[in-house]
Amino acid sequence: MIDPANTLSNLDLETPEKPYLDSNELIINMGPQHPATHGVLRVILKLDGEKVLGTECVIGYLHRGVEKIAENRTYAMFNPYVDRMDYVAAVSNGLGYCQAVEKLLNVEAPPRANYIRVILTELNRIASHQLWLGTHALDIGAMTPLFYTFRDREEILKIFEKYCGARLTTHAFRIGGCLYETYAGFEKDVKNFLAFFPPKIVEYEELLTGNRIWLERTKNVGVISGADAIALGVTGPVLRASGVKWDIRKAQPYANYADFDFEIPTGENGDTFDRYMVRMIEMRQSLRIIEQAVNGIPEGPIMAKVPKVIKPAVGEIYHSIEAPKGELGYFIVSDGSTQPYRVRVRPPSFVNLQALDLMVRGMLVADVVAVIGTLDIVLGEVDR
Amino acid sequence: MADEVKSPGPPPQPQPAKTGPSGGPEDENKPVAEKAVPPAPAVAPSATAQPAAPDAAKATPAPPAAAKPPAAAPAAAASKPAAPAKPAGPVPLPWSSPMVEKYKRQYGSGMEALTYLGQNYISVDRALIPDILKLLRDQEQFDYCVDITAVHYPKREKQFDLVWILYSFPRNERVRIKTQIADGESLPSAVPIWPTANWLEREVYDMFGIKFDGHPDLKRILLPDAWKGFPLRKDYGILQQDTEWVQINLGIESGQ
Repeated sequence: MIDPANTLSNLDLETPEKPYLDSNELIINMGPQHPATHGVLRVILKLDGEKVLGTECVIGYLHRGVEKIAENRTYAMFNPYVDRMDYVAAVSNGLGYCQAVEKLLNVEAPPRANYIRVILTELNRIASHQLWLGTHALDIGAMTPLFYTFRDREEILKIFEKYCGARLTTHAFRIGGCLYETYAGFEKDVKNFLAFFPPKIVEYEELLTGNRIWLERTKNVGVISGADAIALGVTGPVLRASGVKWDIRKAQPYANYADFDFEIPTGENGDTFDRYMVRMIEMRQSLRIIEQAVNGIPEGPIMAKVPKVIKPAVGEIYHSIEAPKGELGYFIVSDGSTQPYRVRVRPPSFVNLQALDLMVRGMLVADVVAVIGTLDIVLGEVDR
Repeated sequence: MADEVKSPGPPPQPQPAKTGPSGGPEDENKPVAEKAVPPAPAVAPSATAQPAAPDAAKATPAPPAAAKPPAAAPAAAASKPAAPAKPAGPVPLPWSSPMVEKYKRQYGSGMEALTYLGQNYISVDRALIPDILKLLRDQEQFDYCVDITAVHYPKREKQFDLVWILYSFPRNERVRIKTQIADGESLPSAVPIWPTANWLEREVYDMFGIKFDGHPDLKRILLPDAWKGFPLRKDYGILQQDTEWVQINLGIESGQ
């Protein structure tokens, strides 16, 4: 329908008061198929010119009903499914799930298993942050970091592949510990990576940290205050960049994180640049943890005594870990049978994405891309 | 294990962390026990005074509970018998803390505080729901709503368990609030209390069909708006789909 008021013949071209271009609000769709949304996320943007007046996220394109599947599988059978949520941090997902079930069973993984778990989980954190850095920088216009980070991430994936045969959806841990003993040369590979990676972080930082374009695109973009972040339930590096020093690894240590010495980086401004810096420092801290862990792996069993058929007593448990993206929690209800009665996954990406609207209001369209990148969402986890 | 009970010693803080396999370093509620310990030294020395104390404490948590701040002792005892007595399975035990006592006085029988495997939760009446959540945020500093979810029990009269998982940054403590509601019953929204509840409640609505009064924009979040049925209800089959929606929108004749 053509609005007669807007047809050319009706426009009074003589009078300058009437603008040629309307300044009406414009509603556009970003996604679901858009390279900057990191998957199938549709953001409806309400714009005034280039200024964002509001957003609405439409999600669910990758919804597979993971929680429903869990109710129809045994505890052990569901374990590989969690890898498919945050598929760039499959090891963390598996750790959270295995530990939650272990808690429900009231067993604890043996120390050696915990060391292996921590090493792999922290390697996975680095891999996840590398992928985030490469794609985030690509969104903003810096193409080179993508090649660098993917090149170096390969070294981590090689360790995963040698350890458990898979690179991405690893299914590395089992309920009660680890299934696989470390392969011959595991410690050497990890130590090689510890020597290999620090210069690479310097390389990334040389490309970005002092880069004027990078600073322009990230400083004061997508600012969220610490109070807002808490109110919106935002966790992980996004929360820490807003100045809240909170990391579950320190606050309520799981596995054997309490044994290791590491810092929690925080930011001050809660902008995109601070989130970038927090993650860069986190990668270095992860290296510190890995170094302590790989030098201290004790001998011993890698599997706790877990019954062949896992039948936890009636009850419910909530267990959460610090995944690369924030608090990843599992709320499991057992009815005493071999299948969980209910598994609820508290995904960090889903909750963090909710903050997008607040963070981009009043900013430019191009900043929406930067903010989606800095939130580090994985749509597989948002939609589950 | 007996040693640990016998030597509560001068530093009471590290003790809860050391207790038994279940109260290990990953015990979520360790801070609770720590919180409750400071007033407890009066109880602790008495345990050393009686040599028979360990057994007594293990068998019945009643004697220490007689003291005023009983939180530390039952909390430690709660996780303790659980590990050796695995065949019987752990059971939820009463949970008591200054906070719980305060609200019990206020609300009486409307609430029940329990602890299971070292995790505390409070079952409350549906009628208390917006008030208790508000009080927990305002007075008890539970400033972070971790998650809101539901569990469906089709055979029960009140079919749904609603669960709020809360965390307090200043106290480093987690607590779960649970309530039961019947099918078709609605609940007051928690969005005015924690803005993060917005999407979480939408997901509960999407999956279970539970309505939240006062929610700013209660609609489906993961499934399409026109979808019929609530998939996480137990009567919804694993292969079930809204065939009509699939036929119309995806053009698949069979609807699967």
